[in-house]
Amino acid sequence: MAEWIEACAAGDIDEEDVMRFDHAGRTFAVYRSPDDEYFATDGLCTHERVHLADGLVMDDIIECPKHNGRFNYKTGAAKGAPVCVNLKTYPVKVTAGKVLIEIE
Amino acid sequence: MVIVGAGECGARAAFALREQGYAGPVTLIGAERHLPYERPPLSKDGMAAGTDSIRTIADAARFEAAGIALRLATEVVSIDRATRKVGLGDGTEVPYEKLLLATGARPRILPLAEGSRNCLYLRTHDDAGAIAQRLRPGARIVIVGGGFIGLELAAAARGRDCTVSVHEALPRLLARAVPQDIAVVIANAHRANGVDIHCGVSIAAITDTDHGVLVGMADGAAIAADLCIIGIGAVPNAELADQVGLAVENGIRVDEQLRASDPAIFAAGDCCSFPLPLYDGRRVRLEAWRNAQEQGALAARNMLGADALHDTVPWFWSDQYQLTLQIAGLPDEGARTVRRDLDDGAFLLFHLAADGRLVAASGIGPGNSVARDIRLAEMLIARRASPQAEKLALAEIKLKSLLAA
Ligand SMILES: Cc1cc2nc3c(=O)[nH]c(=O)nc-3n(C[C@H](O)[C@H](O)[C@H](O)COP(=O)(O)OP(=O)(O)OC[C@H]3O[C@@H](n4cnc5c(N)ncnc54)[C@H](O)[C@@H]3O)c2cc1C
Ligand code: FES
Repeated sequence: MAEWIEACAAGDIDEEDVMRFDHAGRTFAVYRSPDDEYFATDGLCTHERVHLADGLVMDDIIECPKHNGRFNYKTGAAKGAPVCVNLKTYPVKVTAGKVLIEIE
Repeated sequence: MVIVGAGECGARAAFALREQGYAGPVTLIGAERHLPYERPPLSKDGMAAGTDSIRTIADAARFEAAGIALRLATEVVSIDRATRKVGLGDGTEVPYEKLLLATGARPRILPLAEGSRNCLYLRTHDDAGAIAQRLRPGARIVIVGGGFIGLELAAAARGRDCTVSVHEALPRLLARAVPQDIAVVIANAHRANGVDIHCGVSIAAITDTDHGVLVGMADGAAIAADLCIIGIGAVPNAELADQVGLAVENGIRVDEQLRASDPAIFAAGDCCSFPLPLYDGRRVRLEAWRNAQEQGALAARNMLGADALHDTVPWFWSDQYQLTLQIAGLPDEGARTVRRDLDDGAFLLFHLAADGRLVAASGIGPGNSVARDIRLAEMLIARRASPQAEKLALAEIKLKSLLAA
């Protein structure tokens, strides 16, 4: 069953940045875009299971810290070698200054 | 379109031709029997994990879906530039309109070790399998060469409870590519993990014994080992090009569009030397994974007539134990170094030219602690920026803010 889980406070993440969020044995990456929207994806790169939150956010892109594989964090789309498997994304909402993500 | 060499670079080029919309025939010819695969894990977690893991770049179905004719276990033995054909080991020929040589490199051979059954080299998946089989707990491993491959293998061998010593002829580890401060961190990590490191000693003799090998040092010492692994660098596979009169200069010589001295032939990846616009056209040959990919993709575009320049910042990483090292640019271009300390013992070195331009950045730390900053530094380097040294030194000042400046 899907439920909304509080990941962090809205101010915890800088604009155009990313934060790691662990919950119930799983790991996620929560993003704040340059235009101040929030997004969430699986936390690990689909190439070698590396935490994407150590990577760099540029516009819509999260770049993996390990080999610079790129994903669009809004859609999860893998943007070319070495990553070819898309990232799973999760719905996000901001309520009363809290960032919530919907996890099934 | 014909590509010789089905490694990282050749495979990337083949897919890139399709991504660019090319609909004609693409043939990718590789001497190895495996589907194109990634080499970096061979000396890292792949070696730690054992023999069977192979990380392919794409499965057979993806090559097929992209309409790439893959000819594995097939060697190209000749090129006829006049009639534009390559000759294969089985005597057949494949015609080309444009040819890409992505033949990579092979380990440099230590003549003293010739004929030894107990000295191995690492380049291919099959090499890795042969080594992994012999990294049994308690096995005594001598590694000749304190470069990346030797050191990553030393870490992997320690992970499998072998006794390991590393012997480097130069006065320190990683002398060619890595700044001293970082090499010291790596040497300390190896010592802390029980690797015996000897620098400034060359090998004088190698003799197979009943159960292993005896490695004799120039200073008279002799070390008995079960296996000797030699990692003393790589030489480009440029013979094919040389045979047909293409210019060769530390690899197949190409221009900034990756064109060899015949306009129908391109070369890319570990096999070629090319001018780097970043450093006023300094000619380099890189043995780096991202470079192989970037050059493969760019060569594909230029085979289709894009005339694009290869203007990039070299980038390299290495993993040893919990540490990851990353280097953007070529540190030897720097005249002075500014250090920035991060958490957990991680640090960055910024290499500045005499005129203050940032020409390279290197860093080491646990996990991916330096990755983001090295990536930002790489962008500063690409812009030919001259950030203030005082700002580079201060961890509180985000590199992203310097990029915006
Ligand atoms: C053990 C190891 C660890 C590495 N680790 C790192 C790392 O951590 N970071 C990093 O940045 N880089 C690393 N590298 C370097 C990186 O893997 C190489 O830069 C990259 O593989 C180069 O790709 P390439 O396609 O140019 O050459 P290769 O991968 O060598 O592929 C060339 C292929 O061409 C084939 N070939 C050659 N001649 C012919 C012929 N005449 N006919 C048909 N086929 C031919 C060869 O058999 C080979 O399969 C590592 C390399 C090794 C070996
Ligand atoms: S682990 Fe993310 S690109 Fe390789």
